[in-house]
Amino acid sequence: MMKIGVLALQGAVREHVKGLEAPDTEVIIVKRPEQLEEIDGLVFPGGESTTMRRLVEKYQFFEPLQAFAKAGKPVFGTCAGLILMATDVVGEPGGHLELMDMTVQRNAFGRQRESFETRLSIRGVADDAEAVFIRAPLITEVGQNVEVLAEYNDEIVVARQDHLLSCSFHPELTNDRRFHQYFVQMVREAQAAVNV
Amino acid sequence: MAERGTDRIKRGMAEMQKGGVIMDVVNGEQAKIAEEAGAVAVMALERVPSDIRAAGGVARMADPTIVQEVMEAVSIPVMAKARIGHIVEARVLESLGADYIDESEVLTPADDVYHMDKTEYTVPFVCGARDLGEAARRIGEGASMLRTKGEPGTGNIVEAVRHMRLIQSQIRKVIGLSKDELMTEAKNLGAPYELLLQIREEGRLPVVNFAAGGIATPADAALMMQLGADGVFVGSGIFKSEYPDKFARAIVEATTHYEDYELIAKLSKGLGTAMTGMDISQLEGFDRMQDRSQ
Repeated sequence: MMKIGVLALQGAVREHVKGLEAPDTEVIIVKRPEQLEEIDGLVFPGGESTTMRRLVEKYQFFEPLQAFAKAGKPVFGTCAGLILMATDVVGEPGGHLELMDMTVQRNAFGRQRESFETRLSIRGVADDAEAVFIRAPLITEVGQNVEVLAEYNDEIVVARQDHLLSCSFHPELTNDRRFHQYFVQMVREAQAAVNV
Repeated sequence: MAERGTDRIKRGMAEMQKGGVIMDVVNGEQAKIAEEAGAVAVMALERVPSDIRAAGGVARMADPTIVQEVMEAVSIPVMAKARIGHIVEARVLESLGADYIDESEVLTPADDVYHMDKTEYTVPFVCGARDLGEAARRIGEGASMLRTKGEPGTGNIVEAVRHMRLIQSQIRKVIGLSKDELMTEAKNLGAPYELLLQIREEGRLPVVNFAAGGIATPADAALMMQLGADGVFVGSGIFKSEYPDKFARAIVEATTHYEDYELIAKLSKGLGTAMTGMDISQLEGFDRMQDRSQ
């Protein structure tokens, strides 16, 4: 049985739990750093990135989260979660957790009235994945080790760097579970690699 | 190909605010303090509810200058209030780029019978409710988020508690009803039947429900979370307290860790004076903001 956690400091937690459900997977709500020790993969949910950032620091999650990713355990960030993972944020002195080699721009599409939904082709996932963009960020630049999995209007919206995955929209707001299951498979593979 | 203003986008925006605190602010400086403290959004107002009470007269949409000042000051979402039924105030706020509109009983209603048809807008709306009937009517009109009405500007939590408990208990009742009992319940509540059917099937409201109206301390915020709120609005409580910055941070943390009593004890220490409270029984007629709409 694998255990996948959803970081539950703020934001859309319940929706991710639903998306991650699989016969061999137990989903755990993570509120404290010590819980990271018992899980094999982690989701950073959508929410308000400034709020989550503050709570990550306040509750001594910062270093444990970096160590978790460094240990090769898969991490999946959606929207605000993507912002937490980037090494650089446009207009800000640095990134936050700086897990993935990429630059992101917050609120890249504008205010709430510019929020939209569409279907996207995500490499390795689906040609028609449902994607809900809410005050979404964009990935403006990626490093050499980062693979671009999807673009929208020639802008990067899904990227993967080895065991790290991030997207600028909210797969958790749809009933389309294919993207979540892609991540569940990443966790499975990471676990198999450890057990070999 | 890309669609805007769908239910999923409007309701989804509120989903992202879950577990968070939305703070009332009257200028850019307060908005920055709120953002720095970890607020998930701010509500841009001309006056906080307790000052609206004190000032009396007709309370209207804020001066657009204030809304714009707040939007420029912070990167978190900015909400603004329109009077109940005031289609033009809502359109004006939408055109300014407000991220959410509160069709609010805190302002003097422009229409004493009808609420707005909120399905017509790209911008999402939040509305107040005292019971499941009111909640369901507002969702039926297109509200993408709910909040308890409570009794704004009083610093007294009793009404918000009453409204949250009632809504939760009515949801539990609906879940337990058989289908043939549901139509009569719809009639009794004054709620759209299809919505009750959906609530019964899913076991919850189709939109998030925050607590609002009278939250004055970190413990109040944690109480509302325990009663089933998805998050909290704090109006007059923060910037009417002695140390707004400290107070705001304490409320955010108490909302995240609402079951950690040792932490809440620590957060509650040395916060200075909270806003002055008010006994609800002193309020009569039009001063009871929660009774201004049905």
